Amino acid sequence: MKPKFGVVVFPGSNCDHDAYYVTKKILDCETEFLWHKDTDLKNCDVIILPGGFSYGDYLRTGAIARFSPIMESVIDFANKGGIVLGICNGFQILIEANLLPGTLMKNVSTKFICKDIFVKVANHETVLTKNVSKNILEIPIAHGDGNYFIDEKGLHSLKENNQIIFQYCSDNGEISDKYNPNGSAENIAGIMNKSGNVFGMMPHPERCSDSTLMKSDGFLLFNTLIQNIIK
Amino acid sequence: MYKATIIIKRRKSILDPQGKAVEQGSKLLKIDDISEVRIGKFIELNIDTSSREKANEELDKLCNKLLANLNIEDYSFTLEEIK
Repeated sequence: MKPKFGVVVFPGSNCDHDAYYVTKKILDCETEFLWHKDTDLKNCDVIILPGGFSYGDYLRTGAIARFSPIMESVIDFANKGGIVLGICNGFQILIEANLLPGTLMKNVSTKFICKDIFVKVANHETVLTKNVSKNILEIPIAHGDGNYFIDEKGLHSLKENNQIIFQYCSDNGEISDKYNPNGSAENIAGIMNKSGNVFGMMPHPERCSDSTLMKSDGFLLFNTLIQNIIK
Repeated sequence: MYKATIIIKRRKSILDPQGKAVEQGSKLLKIDDISEVRIGKFIELNIDTSSREKANEELDKLCNKLLANLNIEDYSFTLEEIK
């Protein structure tokens, strides 16, 4: 049986319908919106925290959304091994909720960046990337605060536990400052927690999952995810 | 009742792109003697607690949990008794 998806809706989310469209219409999986004031996860198998500007990014990105009633359930779900995927603002919220390490700071350029970029799959042994058919994916980014920071000790721990899953790169996989859009440590675009069930990524796979749009590398990730957790 | 004044600053070791941008802006004004610009947050609030100790305790909790990100920021606050 295919997994059931839940897409959390915060005030200010703006990629919730894109995520819903992909899981419901493209992947043909049962999908529910989950309102931030609710606490019921409606028996979903995968929770998506979508992109957007929850609470207007006031104070810090994700800082207020992290205390939404639904997040108590999401944290509980994640701690019990449930799969959670945070995209862009969703990644920022997961970090504020301490489900993922580090901090997403303002881009080094101080500019909001919206463009297609390439990321290298740095770890193929995760439910999100196992058996994904490409090493380099083209996925759009759209953020002002995507500059991933972590202290030396934290970075060492991320590497030791293979928690880095995506790194910004060139179209042929070269990882260097030249292909780092926002100043992230080690070109980090996406990470997971130690247990491998909580994922955060700045690029937007839900924006490139419909073949009508000509670019559909995002579909590869979502499709891999459902193949790897099929019930 | 106390009035709290909270200042949140990015740690010295962390790059502050906004501060850098403002520093560059000062050069456009032909003011060339500006350096080390850091942009932070300034927050005022009233807190109605029975004692100064209790106010300190609650503000520490507020700053730790919500107002500051201790990975990259430090906070400080002052308390002033008001009627």
